[in-house]
Amino acid sequence: MSERAAKVTPADEEQDDDQITDSAAPDAAKELDADTESTPTEQAEPVTNGAEAVVRALENAGVEYAFGVQGGAIMPVYDALYDSDIRHVTMAHEQGAAHAADAYGIVSGEPGICLATSGPGATNLVTGLADADMDSDPLVALTGQVPTEFVGNDAFQETDTTGVTTPITKNNTFASDSDRVGSDVSEAFALAGEGRPGPTLVDLPKDVTKGETDREPDAPKTPDTYRVQERADEELVAAAAERIENAAKPAMLLGGGVIKGEASEACREFAIEHEIPVITTMPGIGAFPEDHELSLEMAGMHGTGYANMAITHCDTLIGIGTRFDDRLTGGIETFAPDAELIHVDIDPAEISKNIHADYPLVGDAETVVEQLREAVDSSPEATKWRAQCQQWKSDYSMAYDAPEDGPVQPEFVVEALDEATDDDTIVTTGVGQHQMWACQYWTFTEPRTWVSSHGLGTMGYGLPAAIGARLAADDDQDVVCIDGDGSFLMTMQGLSVAVREELDITVAVLNNEYIGMVRQWQDAFFEGRHAASEYNWMPEFDKLAEAFGAAGFRIDEYDEVADTIADAIAYDGPSVIDVHIDPDANVYPMVPSGGDNGQFALAEDQL
Amino acid sequence: MKRGLDGPAPEERPTPAGRRNKQGIRIDPEVEATHLPRRTVISALVEHEPGVLSDVSGLFSRRQFNIESLTVGPTKDDDRARITVVVEEPDPGIDQIKKQLRKLVPVISARELEPDAMQRELALIKVEADDPAQVNAVADMYDAKTVDSSPETATFEITGARQKIEAAIETFGQFGIREISRTGATALARGTDETAAPVSATESAADEANQQEIPADDD
Ligand SMILES: Cc1ncc(C[n+]2csc(CCOP(=O)(O)OP(=O)(O)O)c2C)c(N)n1
Repeated sequence: MSERAAKVTPADEEQDDDQITDSAAPDAAKELDADTESTPTEQAEPVTNGAEAVVRALENAGVEYAFGVQGGAIMPVYDALYDSDIRHVTMAHEQGAAHAADAYGIVSGEPGICLATSGPGATNLVTGLADADMDSDPLVALTGQVPTEFVGNDAFQETDTTGVTTPITKNNTFASDSDRVGSDVSEAFALAGEGRPGPTLVDLPKDVTKGETDREPDAPKTPDTYRVQERADEELVAAAAERIENAAKPAMLLGGGVIKGEASEACREFAIEHEIPVITTMPGIGAFPEDHELSLEMAGMHGTGYANMAITHCDTLIGIGTRFDDRLTGGIETFAPDAELIHVDIDPAEISKNIHADYPLVGDAETVVEQLREAVDSSPEATKWRAQCQQWKSDYSMAYDAPEDGPVQPEFVVEALDEATDDDTIVTTGVGQHQMWACQYWTFTEPRTWVSSHGLGTMGYGLPAAIGARLAADDDQDVVCIDGDGSFLMTMQGLSVAVREELDITVAVLNNEYIGMVRQWQDAFFEGRHAASEYNWMPEFDKLAEAFGAAGFRIDEYDEVADTIADAIAYDGPSVIDVHIDPDANVYPMVPSGGDNGQFALAEDQL
Repeated sequence: MKRGLDGPAPEERPTPAGRRNKQGIRIDPEVEATHLPRRTVISALVEHEPGVLSDVSGLFSRRQFNIESLTVGPTKDDDRARITVVVEEPDPGIDQIKKQLRKLVPVISARELEPDAMQRELALIKVEADDPAQVNAVADMYDAKTVDSSPETATFEITGARQKIEAAIETFGQFGIREISRTGATALARGTDETAAPVSATESAADEANQQEIPADDD
């Protein structure tokens, strides 16, 4: 399932080929190869304590990177990591470790790993865990804990970590036995990635990790009580197929589950074969190429006008891997009110949670879309509808004014960054206006290239996410973080990590000296009273970057945009562009929260 | 400079006729039907491990499901416990509860019991014993067992359906009740019907069965 695993194979084969051509005797090459393959297992010393079993479990699962911060209760695990090939990336803050692991999981498709010590280390992970939980990102957190005999006594750096994280993890475990702790970690790894992905946590009391054991961890396997349904009920599929065939105004709504379930390709083929207009949610960005004629891009609060018109007026909505979050639906009463909903999701609890599903198709997104493909015999007759969608695309085009003598408009900067980079460039963001401009004005065409905090909306996500994404990405893939001044300030200590690790990432801070999204709402709904939203006390981010050892750039005028971006992208290492944008720029369209998607505002006076 | 985007203003756009209710179900705007809450019993078979009760109760509180009562106890299998939850929710909420429960890793199975399932509660009722003869007569009426008596008080144990216990409390009330302690309901399905079984086969079998009449309890 993992792209990463898939990528490894051709490279290995290439190497094999080289060896065979280089060698006069192909048999000898094969032998050599066999030797190389078996070396790791031969080298592996038997585990002697719980911590080594923990690390062995990670190695068995194929983990390459772990992000974290040292501390008393987690020290035995770090000691075991010391001898491992797993590369530990020391972060400047545990929140960053969780976000980096989260982004690593999004880009690679395999669970990202983060480590923290007990108490404050573990609580610093909380925001990142909640973020991963909301976005169903695969992640494994390993937290140190005070020795079992002190648990419950308010010992130094004790926190009830499993208690604190129960509501924000897919599953968590308090490890109680050195013989089992390796298998606990294997299981956490399997659970994080299987079915609907999510964060899992294993809390590791120091005595358990220090405790002697020679028990090797079991292979990663989910517990028997965890069952995932892969294929949807055939009768329901047939009924849904009939509904699609007879639709006059069909639309597909692709959510993050499409990307997580590796169903982008299947969805693309289905949409193109039957000429069905495609809308994405914010986490679904990248599931369908936004430069395709059928693409209406993102719907919801700051979705495009055409996506919101289409979602409001369709008669058949095929929602795949989406949980119908309120930022997407607006008010439930007015969400796709004429549409029969076909809902594909691997998590049965998402069916009819917010929007009633007329055709609930529980199963793996890719499998179910294939089932639908088999079942749909004829394409819906929707020529008029498609023409209508195209008409909306021109009526509500995403055009902005950028007079050369005026302040730099953020949309222009996003487009310039997009132009300066390849299609497979990974974009991470903070949370706020800049995030929405990135959604709207970057043309995404590939899955796993959009890395953002959707459900929780965590400011400060962008930079640590860029670090995790960079390590998961291919070497020739660019990583760009589009950040806000407020968001960047929250986790920018991560720059020290990027510098130390020589990570080639470009951060563009869209600096409006406001926490702009708040300022926008204050202007719209609080009579322009800018309570605590003016950030005109911001540091100079380019100089700050230099202080960290990164490259610093600054943009004030339009004629600096293209060249400066080119220099920053070309810089081999972390670079930060402090882009001084128009402080009054706002994000449109906008559906006020709980509003009617079809009634999006195009300007402030329409709110 | 222009602020905002071009295109027809909100009032110039067509709006669809349909509507959904608060539960996301498409409705006839004339009728505006929403599901009303109903009382039902959900039984879950869970791994008997530390933290499982807080997993389950935490799920209910954070998803704002209204718990009437919750009981938990061991089963014939040492590794398994049974949790019985009585809830009052509209149908879509009851559906969600079952699905969310099944998502918890330590939950082996969860189902909604049929309305005729056996349901029992236990109550301890401590009453003033000024008039022992009369108090005992009431106790007999409700099959209550005396578990403690003193010159001033008598304490009775009473088990049965909720209605019976409520009725008993009401009747004992005439003597003056000092204290009451009640458990929530515990329940088992009737006959060969399995309550919440180790295999997933029965999970949804009873989901539709709740439209039936509620038979009179045999107490
Ligand atoms: C951790 C956190 N705190 C507060 C918020 C509330 N919030 C949402 S958007 C926003 C403004 C973000 O400002 P900035 O990062 O400068 O981006 P801009 O909107 O200016 O592009 C705030 C404060 C949040 N989303 N996350």
